[in-house]
Amino acid sequence: MLKVCLSGPLKSAADGAASVLISAATIRELLRELVKQYPQMQIQLDDGIAVSVNGDIFRDNWSQEIPEGAEVFLLPRIQGG
Amino acid sequence: MADDPKFKNRKFKAVGTRPPRPDGLDKVTGRAKYGADTFAPGQLVALVLRSPHAHAQIKRIDTSKAEKLKGVKAVITSKDLPDVTNGDRDLYDTLENCLARDRALYDGHAVAAVAAIDELTARKALKLIRVTYKVLPHVTDVDAAMKPGAPIVQPRVYTRGVSPKPKSPSNVAKVSEFGHGDVEAGFKAADVVVEKSYKTEQTHQGYIEPHACLASVGPDGHGELWVTTQGHFVYRNTCAALLGMDVAKLKVTASEIGGGFGGKTHVWMEPIALALSRKANRPVKLEMTRDEVFRSTGPTSSTSIDVKIGVKKNGTITAASAELRYQDGAFPGIWAMLGAMTAYACYDLKNVKTIGYDVLVNRPKVAAYRAPSAPMAAFAVESTINEVAAKIGMDPVDFRIKNAAKEGTKSSYGPTYGPIGIGPTLAAVKKHPHMRGKLGKNQGRGMACGFWFNFGGETCTDLNIGVDGTVTLTVGTVDVGGARASLSLIAAEELGIPYERVKCNIADTGSLGHNHMTDGSRGTFSSGMSTIFAARHAIEELCQRAANTWEIPVKDVVWHEGNAIAKGKKHKQLQPLSLGDLAAGSENTGGPIAGHSQIVADGAGVSFASHICDIEVDPETSATKVVRYTVIQDAGKAIHPDYVEGQFQGGAAQGIGWALNEEYIYGDDGRLQNPGFLDYRIPVCSDLPFIDTQILEIPNPNHPYGIRGVGETSIVPPLAAIGNALSDITGVRMTHVPMSPPRIRKAIKEKQA
Repeated sequence: MLKVCLSGPLKSAADGAASVLISAATIRELLRELVKQYPQMQIQLDDGIAVSVNGDIFRDNWSQEIPEGAEVFLLPRIQGG
Repeated sequence: MADDPKFKNRKFKAVGTRPPRPDGLDKVTGRAKYGADTFAPGQLVALVLRSPHAHAQIKRIDTSKAEKLKGVKAVITSKDLPDVTNGDRDLYDTLENCLARDRALYDGHAVAAVAAIDELTARKALKLIRVTYKVLPHVTDVDAAMKPGAPIVQPRVYTRGVSPKPKSPSNVAKVSEFGHGDVEAGFKAADVVVEKSYKTEQTHQGYIEPHACLASVGPDGHGELWVTTQGHFVYRNTCAALLGMDVAKLKVTASEIGGGFGGKTHVWMEPIALALSRKANRPVKLEMTRDEVFRSTGPTSSTSIDVKIGVKKNGTITAASAELRYQDGAFPGIWAMLGAMTAYACYDLKNVKTIGYDVLVNRPKVAAYRAPSAPMAAFAVESTINEVAAKIGMDPVDFRIKNAAKEGTKSSYGPTYGPIGIGPTLAAVKKHPHMRGKLGKNQGRGMACGFWFNFGGETCTDLNIGVDGTVTLTVGTVDVGGARASLSLIAAEELGIPYERVKCNIADTGSLGHNHMTDGSRGTFSSGMSTIFAARHAIEELCQRAANTWEIPVKDVVWHEGNAIAKGKKHKQLQPLSLGDLAAGSENTGGPIAGHSQIVADGAGVSFASHICDIEVDPETSATKVVRYTVIQDAGKAIHPDYVEGQFQGGAAQGIGWALNEEYIYGDDGRLQNPGFLDYRIPVCSDLPFIDTQILEIPNPNHPYGIRGVGETSIVPPLAAIGNALSDITGVRMTHVPMSPPRIRKAIKEKQA
């Protein structure tokens, strides 16, 4: 099980929880399971998200593997100039 | 192996040198073609009619007289851009921003457009369009927009990020909270707590080249768009979606770009040009005036920020919080969220909490501006940091060093940092001769830090080897600051050939796979990574061709400094084959030699900078002049140091203008009062000293060369560095940006009173 920390507007999609437990080996699996548990999360996913795995931020590579015990943060997708 | 993004320390030959940029000659001789510099047979001139009201219902638009005017070939309103967004909220916002539908939402909002045989006719036609408005109450100030009873800008917007879901619409589009620990307990544990409030006014990116494009759509549904943009692939997808076109049938070519800084990451009038062309069945040229750029394209947010920092007498920060209110213009954005994420990113804090409020007002849709939202948050936090240091009698640099984030720090926005550069930039500040330089009369010194995330994204690159051994590198990220030189250096480094043998081109959207735009400081990071991989694939092919030529197994061939070499004693009679030799013989070894890469470049390294500023204040008029300025920033790896330094200097120059002069001024009628460079003053060369730079290189572990990205961070610290310098000389804490002479004078007088 991964402890997935939520921040910003993503918390409200998980009923205000700061973190949730998810069983997943990749980012794709993680997002799929999150939406299963919290359907409101789909709106946030549509808005764009990024996933931090042990401090490295992945915006697009959903095939990225997540090691057991990794620090996982779900972040809103950012824009740059 | 070829696609391994992990950093490997190596000695470089080409990377790190400073050859001339390949686009330099064209740019200094005027041959370079920008957005307005291309023409098509039979092209029409387009002009846009814009709302004079900050907020108004559009009851009727009568275009009949304009349509009858001789020489007018098309007139469009929102009816000619029907909603085909299929429930996509962001896309619908873009559609509505391009051309107002039932309401005009800000002064300058496009309402209708004409295409005619010449500008004079188009101008006459605009005057013949009759729009019946019902003027509605408006709000342009971020704090006023949050008050109960404020006019609602978007009745379809309900606050996001709160639970339960609100039952009525609100100007607060989103609430975003970040942080960790227990800030209340942290403030209780503090010996000193400082609270300050700040305001920053709205600024524009101020790119010299206004938006311009040439659109052509035929009755067969095929189209072309020549446009000044930071991301022609993204423009293609957005325009195709808004016009209901097939993506593959719209070819977009990026012109040279005269500055973007985030402002050319969004479509503004390009869908209008395409819709006019589709209706007129003729090519349409649409160029914005400077007035239109100011009134209708995306500036950055104006803000209102409260900061609270608690500290022990020994200099340890026990808690820090901030409430950040950013206006998004008339459409929801993520700008306060970014401010909340970046505000305390420089520091190692046990207890931290930030809340961002994204607020709608009757102003143009806010767009990214170089490290969007971070400069305002840094102004508030870094000004307060100096106040706190002064309260406990600690040197502000030492105070920052004591509390700086480092590898292993849990960042204020969540993830734990890997190797980062805030500590090294602060150490470099301490050692820098600037800090020991003698100040003149009426001069003060300040410093401040800044952070930006950087990111990567979808990237596609081709590398083709010509029969003479020269190399064509084809990338899809627009060159906004010397990327063609940097990417050519990278290709030369990998292949082991001279820089002069590489030519880098920016492909149109029909020639390469999708590329995300040049934003987020990603150009050299992402296309650099993709270039490395494409070159390595080409090298694999070159080795195979050598093996074919020698009739030996490819496993016996290695690539070394531009040559294929046969390994082992049994092949010692085989002379190395250069890239040129292999290219010349390619016809008989398998045909063209090329390398390709299509990647998602993730794992961008975060970036930190520390700036030092000396400023002189006229004691009578409070006029200011920056007399010395130094930028110290972590680049990860500087591929072409000239252009890294150029980014450092450009960001600092824009930050200085923002800090001292630049400001959108709205009248009580909600109209922009200063939409031109005479009344909205950006710094020119004579306003600035030479901006000194120091490049630090703390490699990003997720890039083969350690590149982080350098385009944005250097705009983050200047507002606070200047505020701190002003405080040093005047003894007054400036809390309102721009810190213009009247505001400085007022603050000094208030203190004296």
